[in-house]
Amino acid sequence: MEVPILKQGDVLIATFQAALSDADLNQLRRGLVLQVVKHRSRGVIVDVTAMDVMDSFASRTLREIAHMIRLRGAETVIVGIQPEVAFAMVQLGLTLEDVATALDLEEGLSYLIEKFKNVD
Amino acid sequence: MAKRENPTKESGARNSQEAELLRGEATSELLRELVAHLRQNRTQLREEWVVRISETRLLTAMTKEEIFAEATSVYDSYVEALETETFEALQAYARNLSERIIPRGVETHEVVGIVLLLRDVLARSLFAKYQTDFKKLNRILDAYEPAANRIANTVAVGFVQERERVIRQQQEAIRELSTPVLQVRERLLILPIIGVIDPQRARQLTEQLLRGIRTNRAKVVVIDITGVAAMDVTVANHLVQTVEASRLLGATVIVTGLSPEIAQTLVTIGVDLGKMNTVGDLQGGIEQAERLLGYKVVTLAEPR
Repeated sequence: MEVPILKQGDVLIATFQAALSDADLNQLRRGLVLQVVKHRSRGVIVDVTAMDVMDSFASRTLREIAHMIRLRGAETVIVGIQPEVAFAMVQLGLTLEDVATALDLEEGLSYLIEKFKNVD
Repeated sequence: MAKRENPTKESGARNSQEAELLRGEATSELLRELVAHLRQNRTQLREEWVVRISETRLLTAMTKEEIFAEATSVYDSYVEALETETFEALQAYARNLSERIIPRGVETHEVVGIVLLLRDVLARSLFAKYQTDFKKLNRILDAYEPAANRIANTVAVGFVQERERVIRQQQEAIRELSTPVLQVRERLLILPIIGVIDPQRARQLTEQLLRGIRTNRAKVVVIDITGVAAMDVTVANHLVQTVEASRLLGATVIVTGLSPEIAQTLVTIGVDLGKMNTVGDLQGGIEQAERLLGYKVVTLAEPR
């Protein structure tokens, strides 16, 4: 299942659908970075609102995506982690520690806009 | 020899099976007679029972009218259980009754007490009725006693189960009350924790906080543990997890009010203090939260 990636100015928004297979995650990792390069994006929002479970592979892939995008000079924000998912994640020790997170799309965009201002 | 023995044994076995059947029928027959007697003398026996209840000073939390009303229902359910030899209706009635009287402060010993009193009142009336026919009295009691005991058991168990249900409900309510998540400014939540935190309460706290962050769209949370005397390693880990889970929802957590003992615990378990944002007291925590959110508090005029 492909993850839709939308462009909003300098920001790309990738919205997860409910259940993503490992193959889907790998494809996203490749695809998202290519899009960042193509559009010279400064920020990426990965919206995981629809995810009701986050396993260690998904968590690791998200961190890798964020690292790869940072190497392109862009910032990633993960948004929409549900309370139950967050709770399960910390119990498993999946903290996504060096990745920025925000409550939802709106907050994620605010965060990136703030970040862009500071850089400029 | 062998040929003659077997027929005796077989017929012996058949005899005992038949005897069992006959006994069963006889028991039902006797119970019917018993139930008829109890129905005929309902008014008198119920009155006797109510008198015994007030003599033994049971159900003092209820008025005479209430006792009379409930006594009527219990008596009728009792007789019905004896008649049908089924106890589901009685169980349902017992739970229903318990739901009504537990809030009135009626205790288990009172409920068991009155059911046993009824058993005694009915037994005495049987003694009186069959006093001239000892054999019949025995047979009647053989039928009555197991059923009466089962009834007492059913009612007592129903009552206790209802009490346990109420206790569980109250415990849940207390837990929820004791961990309020409060919004004090736009995007700022405060979670004041007071008392003992056990792992279950810690877990409940975390769930409530995460839901609160999402509902209130909080960006900063101040968790104040001034009111918490001590924390064991498990709970300290829960606290760290709460901080991390909150961050996943985009909220920063400031922990305030750590006592020296708790500070010691955290250092001992090797909590990565870089991950934990702590400030001495609640006031300091709120001030820092306001700074993070871009608020500035200024005095406009002299306080009145």
